[in-house]
Amino acid sequence: MKVAKQPRYVNEEKCTACGVCAIYCPVSVPDPYDENLSHRKAIHISYTQAAPSSYAVDPNNCLFLNRQECKQCTRTCQAEAIDFDQRPEILSYDVGALILSPGFSSFNPSRSGSYNYPDSPNIVTGKEFERICCASGPYVGKILRPSDLKRPDKIAIIQCVGSRDKTSGNPYCSSVCCKYAVKDAIVALEHEPDLDITIFFMDMRMYGKGFDVFHERAKAGGVKFVRSRVSNIKENPETRNLALKYAAEDGSLREDTYNLVVLANGLEAPQGNSTLALATGTRLNRYGFCETSLFSPLDTSREGIFVAGAFQGPKAIPDSVIQAGGSAASAAELLTSARGTLVTEKEFPEERTDPDESPKIGVFVCHCGKNIGGVVDVHEVKKYAETLPDVVTVEDNLYSCSQDTQVLIRDTIIEHKLNRIVVAACTPRTHEPLFQDTNREAGLNKCLVEMVNIRDQCSWVHMHEKDAATRKAKDLIRMAVAKASLIEPLPEPIVKVSPKGMIIGGGLSGMTAALSLARQGFECYLIERSLELGGNLRHTYFTLEGPDPQEYLDQFIREVRNHDNIHLFSDASIEKIEGFVGNFKTVLSFGDAENRKRVEIEHGIIIIATGAKPFEPDEYLYGSHEKVLIQQTLEKKLALQEIDAGTLNHIVMIQCVGSRDETHRYCSSICCGQAIKNALKIKELNPETEVTILYRDVMTYGFNEDFYDLARDKGVMFIRYEPDQRPRVEDLDGKLRLTVRSPLMKEDLVLDPDLLVLSTAMVPHENRTLVEQLAVPLSSDQFFLESHAQLKPVDSYVDGIYLCGMAQFPKPIDERIAQAKAAASKAAILLAKGYVKTEPIVSSCNTDKCIGCGLCEYFCPYSAIRITKMGKLKKAEVISAACKGCGVCASYCPTRAIDMGRFTDDQITAQIRAFGEKH
Amino acid sequence: MTNDKSEPAILGFFCHWCCYAAADAAGVARFQYPPNVRVIRVMCTGRIDPIFLMDGFVNGADGIFVGG
Repeated sequence: MKVAKQPRYVNEEKCTACGVCAIYCPVSVPDPYDENLSHRKAIHISYTQAAPSSYAVDPNNCLFLNRQECKQCTRTCQAEAIDFDQRPEILSYDVGALILSPGFSSFNPSRSGSYNYPDSPNIVTGKEFERICCASGPYVGKILRPSDLKRPDKIAIIQCVGSRDKTSGNPYCSSVCCKYAVKDAIVALEHEPDLDITIFFMDMRMYGKGFDVFHERAKAGGVKFVRSRVSNIKENPETRNLALKYAAEDGSLREDTYNLVVLANGLEAPQGNSTLALATGTRLNRYGFCETSLFSPLDTSREGIFVAGAFQGPKAIPDSVIQAGGSAASAAELLTSARGTLVTEKEFPEERTDPDESPKIGVFVCHCGKNIGGVVDVHEVKKYAETLPDVVTVEDNLYSCSQDTQVLIRDTIIEHKLNRIVVAACTPRTHEPLFQDTNREAGLNKCLVEMVNIRDQCSWVHMHEKDAATRKAKDLIRMAVAKASLIEPLPEPIVKVSPKGMIIGGGLSGMTAALSLARQGFECYLIERSLELGGNLRHTYFTLEGPDPQEYLDQFIREVRNHDNIHLFSDASIEKIEGFVGNFKTVLSFGDAENRKRVEIEHGIIIIATGAKPFEPDEYLYGSHEKVLIQQTLEKKLALQEIDAGTLNHIVMIQCVGSRDETHRYCSSICCGQAIKNALKIKELNPETEVTILYRDVMTYGFNEDFYDLARDKGVMFIRYEPDQRPRVEDLDGKLRLTVRSPLMKEDLVLDPDLLVLSTAMVPHENRTLVEQLAVPLSSDQFFLESHAQLKPVDSYVDGIYLCGMAQFPKPIDERIAQAKAAASKAAILLAKGYVKTEPIVSSCNTDKCIGCGLCEYFCPYSAIRITKMGKLKKAEVISAACKGCGVCASYCPTRAIDMGRFTDDQITAQIRAFGEKH
Repeated sequence: MTNDKSEPAILGFFCHWCCYAAADAAGVARFQYPPNVRVIRVMCTGRIDPIFLMDGFVNGADGIFVGG
């Protein structure tokens, strides 16, 4: 693989991201990160969290690169990181797999002519509004409109700009805009509670876990939702307000004026997509996104090349993170034989141990070029630090983080026989690991360093108060030295990981996860409660996208059953699970009732893939009238030809049965697609059969929008109903009669279908026993709770336990496969490493003081502390490998038996006392 | 207690993962704020024993800022 690398004209190794170059750079240009609503310099860092954390020169705007003059950056950079001699490079890599993740481009609303986006600064895109709402954005979080920087009291948000719109070239749904519009509306109201916000939409697609609740919250918070497509926006040249013309749902034409209009513009295939496709030899789909298929959502058309994120199709953050994990698993399956071959472990000298030694502290104060030194009087601070107790030596460094300073610190530790160091520089969040390594190189335990943040939280934020900043730096160093006197070397216990996995649930997700682990070379136990593998996929007979699910399932089950690394237990139940990350023990029973066997298995990780099932309602005559079915039954009857579509005149389907209401507050994501799938099947079998779908919002997100279009083309009727005016069903001597209020026509429609089909919610299985065995939490909708909705969508709250598939939330086949692979990917990290290294910041229990009250066990959010019997007494035991170091246990402990490594009661108390000392 | 209430001594307990990170971000953005707070970093506000707060007041804090 060859990669062209453009020069950044800054040496990433030397750049400390201090930002002085940008202060002196004379060229100011619009900042694309702020959607051009603010300015940045020609030398810049893209955004705070950019990786690498290094500045770069914008070659289009730099004076030196364009006119051979200036070079202010070179003169002001004390780290000597500016390098105008850099040239474009071609880098060559030998790789075994490739993952494409170039993201998406935003639809440019200039292409929607009637919205006049280029003509008014007060018509902004979704991303522009996002920046406007952001505390780190151009208006520091004040909601202002660009033309006059005044508060826009009345804001309109328009959905589907460049989405679901054939004229724009994008007939598909961008999947994320409804969600971000609702989020932006809620955020804007948090800033300014009395804003008047209206969202104009076609369907509010708040599918997926937890999103519909936000829709309801926005409504309750006063956001108005108008179901209409705005036809025209016009600016009043004097007030710069914007007049919107739109047709209300009843057909009447309306006009309304707003101070600011937000166009919720959609997602497109990324720029450069065809170049990338050409370079990688992969195919694009009809909309320019990467071509994949339903059962291989992460595989491009070329073997060994995988895809993740919005390039595969428009998607939100959790789905992108899931695909990233999943494609990593796919790559790891290919690279199993090469695993670890490029790793070299860093070696350190043996640690000095002398427990009786009195504290000898070295303090290192950083100038950070001018970043600290320009505000804080470093020499005064240095003199002050020399007076503090236990301090043996104080040094000041131009850059404490530079390579040569590391050598100096190491030598100083050795020379003065220091046993603790204090580094007063930037933030421990980024730099503590560096100084910990320096300590280790000098033979000191890594915990014997304390950092003082005199840059990010001192010189940078008190730039005009030099004396006060200097006083603050002294106080902070005094507090750190007081703590440093009490810090102790701490071990990093290593816990071995049993290199096997256990997957609970043998449906599509469980099998996918098991097979991925098996292909990556790990043995796993696949536990299925029923006799058969396959779960919900067993009852799926056809798909919208085309591939035959039963054919796939047969082949898949064969592969799972035949893989040497997979040990299958069907008809199994879990009797007991104990242990913790890396070391679980599970007791299973399996086999038929007369010949039930018990077995104990040991495994390092657990993947929960217990799935979900269709909700069985007790409304709409379900269960009492034979012509009322749920979608899954209809699908089966159609597939097995138990229903003859030729004899049916009219089928009515009702969406959102037991969904998005008081029964289940969420949208199950898959029911609209399923209804359309069955409707199209009926139309295929008999085009004369009338099909009517009664819906609230049609949730055919992404490319599935095409099938919604197709269904309408084939004559499927879609009639909306309001949640407070649900359809009514009567049994008239065996015949069904349906009455539904149409909001469009404002009258009751009467339908006499041969068959009534209910699209019911997907609901979790009864998981109470499993939840108790695993000690993992559920979310309010009773699905398993992930530890971070956006960024950790497959991790549970307990280390070593992962989630996937419909156990986490209902989702379509391709998303289930991706998530199962992502769970396998996360699990494989632990299994491949073979051990868990415990951070020293964990709690420890003094069993002499512990009274076994169990408060700590009750409050620990990570199930990392438990009460066990020691002899006759109950005592708390910390599972270090699972502890995250939050310290909740320590602060609740009534006898102070629990303490936290690196954050002990004594250390914090010493800091507080030092805070009170006058200098 | 300090006498000059226009310059109160504020003791801060910041959670490593959120408030401490936000305070760093404020620095990166060069937001200027009064120099009266002295920060003790903890890994989570769950670590904060109420005794720490009492101790802070005993040791001269005019106010305590718990950020988590």
